[in-house]
Parts: sequence; C-alpha cells; structure tokens
Amino acid sequence: MSLLSTHGLCAHYGDFQALFGVDVYIERGETVAVIGANGAGKSTLLRAMIGLLPSAPAMVRLDGEPVGNLPAHDLVRRGVALVPEGRRLFRSLSVEENLRLGGDFLAPGAWTLPRVYELFPRLAERRDSPATLLSGGEQQMVAIGRALLSNPRVLLCDELSLGLAPIIVREIYARLATVAASGTTLVIVEQDISRALESADRFYCMQKGRVSLAGACGTVTVDRAALTQAYFGL
Amino acid sequence: MNVMTILIQGTLLGGLYALFAIGLSLTFGIMRVVNIAHGDLITLAAFAALVVTDTLAISPFVALGVVVPLFFALGYLLQRGLLNRTLGDSILPPLLVTFGLSVIIQNVLLEVFGANIRRLPVGNLETASLQLPAGIAIGVFPLIVFAAALICLGALQYLLYRTRLGRAFRATSDDPETAELMGIDNRHLYALAMGIALAFTALAGVLFAIRTTFDPASGPIRLIFAFEAVIIGGLGSLWGTLLGGVVLGIAQSIGAAISLEWQILAGHIAFMIILVLKPDGLFPRTQD
Repeated sequence: MSLLSTHGLCAHYGDFQALFGVDVYIERGETVAVIGANGAGKSTLLRAMIGLLPSAPAMVRLDGEPVGNLPAHDLVRRGVALVPEGRRLFRSLSVEENLRLGGDFLAPGAWTLPRVYELFPRLAERRDSPATLLSGGEQQMVAIGRALLSNPRVLLCDELSLGLAPIIVREIYARLATVAASGTTLVIVEQDISRALESADRFYCMQKGRVSLAGACGTVTVDRAALTQAYFGL
Repeated sequence: MNVMTILIQGTLLGGLYALFAIGLSLTFGIMRVVNIAHGDLITLAAFAALVVTDTLAISPFVALGVVVPLFFALGYLLQRGLLNRTLGDSILPPLLVTFGLSVIIQNVLLEVFGANIRRLPVGNLETASLQLPAGIAIGVFPLIVFAAALICLGALQYLLYRTRLGRAFRATSDDPETAELMGIDNRHLYALAMGIALAFTALAGVLFAIRTTFDPASGPIRLIFAFEAVIIGGLGSLWGTLLGGVVLGIAQSIGAAISLEWQILAGHIAFMIILVLKPDGLFPRTQD
C-alpha cells in the first residue's frame, strides 16, 4: 500500500478544470519528482494532495484511507506537509516565530528547532529578523524548516528553485537530500528537468492536467525525446 | 473647573473607550470582520451583569466572574455557528450579518427589559475621589477603569506576542490558507478570537454600566466611540487604541467643560480633524 496516492483525481478552480483523472502513487522513503510546463497542473496536484483543494474522498488516499475531502489542517496532522509555491512566510512573524509555528500545534517529533538550525545554519543568525527581510534563498530555507517542524512523513515541495540563484538552488537541494536520507518521503515539483531527475527516484511528467509520462530517474533509459514530447506536447 | 482636572478626567474616560475598542480591534485585526453589533454586545453585557447582580445579590465586580466567561462562550459560539459562515473574499456579508445582529439585540433587550434607563450600583465607589494638591480631584472608579484598560492591553500584548496562540492569531491574520498548513483549524481559531474579544467586551460593558446609565439603545453610540478610538490610534495598533481613546476622552471633557451639549460633538470633531491630518491614525501599524 502506497503512503500517498491519487486515483482518477479531478480538481477544479471554479468552472475551470485543472486536473483530469490523475493517478500517481508515492511509496514510503522515495523521492518523486513532478515535472511539467507552466499550468500543467503540478501545483494543483500538490494542493489537492494536502487538502487545500477539496476533491471526492476516494480520489486521494493516505495509507490507503480516503482523505480527499479532509481539510488541510487535518492532513497536516496526519503527516503531510507542503512548502508552498512562493514560500508564503508570515510577514508579521520573525524567522524563529515562523519556524516555531510549523510545530506549535502538532505532536513533537525528530525535527526540532535546533535541528533545523543545524540544517540551515544561516537561519540561526537571522532568527530574530522579520521573515520578509531575508533573501529569497533564506526565505525558502525558512519555508522548508517550517514544514519540517511539523515532522511530516511526506513533504511536498512546490517549485523550490523559483526565482533563486543557481548556487542557492544547489545548496537547498543538497540539504533536501539530507532530509530524504533521514527517511522523509519527498515529492518535488520542479520546472528544471535536469535538477528534478537528478534528485528523484522516479518522476511524473504532467501536461494539461494529465500525467503524460512516468518512469524511473536513475537509469539512462529516460528517453529525452519522449520527455520533450511529454513536457511540451510537441 | 481647572484645565488639569479636565485633562485628567478626559484621560481616564479614554481608558473606558480603549476598553470599548479592544474587542472591535481584535476581530478586525484577525478576521477582517467589522462587527457592527459591537456596541450592542457592550450593552448586552451591561444587562447581563444587571440580571446577575439582581438575581444573586452580588456586587457588579463579582458579577464579572460570571459575565466575562459567559461572553467568552457566547463569542465562541457566535463565530463558530454564524460568523464563520459569512467569511470569504468580501467583507460585506459579515458586515450585514452583524448589522442584523445589532438590530436583533436592541429589540430583544427592549422587549425583555423595557426602555427604562438602568445603572449598576456600586455604592460609595461611584462618588469616591482622591484629592490631589492644587484642588485637583480624581474619581476612584474612573481610575480603576483606566487601570483595567492598561492591564487588558498589557495582557493582550502578551497573548499576541509571547504565546503560541498569539503567533497563530498573527499568522492567520497574515495568510489564513498557509496557517491551515501549520495544522491550525481556522474555524476554531476565529471562534477563540471572537471569544476573547467578547470577554474584553463584557468587561467594558460592565464597567461602562457602573460608570454611567444605559438602556437598550445605548449600543450604537458606544460602537462609534470604539470605532473612533481605533481609527484615531491607528488600525491594528494596540497601544494606539489607548491613545485614541484618550484623545477622544480629552476632547469630550473639553467639550463638556464648554457646555454639556458639546461633549459628544467635541469628540467627533477631534476625530474628524485627526482623520484629515493623519488618515492612517496616530500610530499606523508599520508591519501588517
């Protein structure tokens, strides 16, 4: 039984349908990349997985249980966390307050504030600074640390590299590898195909709200031509 | 009456207005709900205290021990059962629903208690005063009200900036959707916020009913005073609210010293002047 899976998942923003029968599964301990062009439905998939976008109960399953209709705060309690696109830090809270809030209302676990500071030492130096005064990369670290403090079993990461310098992106992905090594299951939404294929065990490519290609990353068998076709629909 | 006395009386009156304003400021700050029924809830608390003191034959101060928790529960249920359903992208639905609530509260109070003017008696304390040098007299009860306002604002400051719940309130005010990602159930959190707001409102209502007379139609003008204190101080600024209340109180005291019918008008004029000179209030919130 997969940790998290979707079954014919459809999602709508008002009258606009963003997902058309998406089937994906995430196994315990693996890192799965979701790639695709702008508007392919990657973020929508993550939002539906964590309950920010409601769906029919059986369309999303956690530990095999139907959870599609549960609100986000409930899914967070059950061990799903999201690093949202654009980071979405709380602007009236300091760095440390943002981090603390990640775990404030949830059961304690292996991830603690000192451990997050150990993972991102730069944040310890800026702990009392208002979160929005940090650089983009540091803000992304806060967003990841905040999600980790909820001690998730599966961490969903939406476009971590968006608007960040390549050197910072490399640093963040290196830290993420540490997180994955500690046993946390990762789902990474990414536009940078090489970055995604490098960091993940398996990938799903999305196009126009559907999964257009899926496969394993490590092998050389990722057919670039097929991927281009799946990505751009050319 | 000398100038010093007017200023002191005005300042102390400002404490009461700050107490009126706390609940209003809290609900707007966290939920973006402009509670039109706020003044009527103050009056409702006054009548609740009247019933409690009459039934149990206890002092209004002791009655606070009943009325404040009762209003916390009322606030929680009101938000959970009614106002949460009005929240969305538009601020209009909660405005209309609380306006309806205002009309309902006024008419129910009129139906149950009649139009008579009431007051909560506290004996000698009503007239007790401290004599200071230079012929200045300070009423003991207004001083108690002012101290209560300071304590309430201090407590609220502690709650918002030093506790887990306060962090959650500020975060939800910033971004309710992301707050859900922290495992926070916004419906519950909003209900807690309204409960706390109404607990402060209950205290304000009881102290108001001891200080001056009230009747079922007392609400709307208290709502205006609370609004003016919040706006003068700067929306969302805690201590600004106290300053706003004090500015309003002093203006009213000066007005009353000129002529009694000038009391209320002078407060509104001060409000208008500040709105023209500093539309964001005296202490605009630097960080949202």
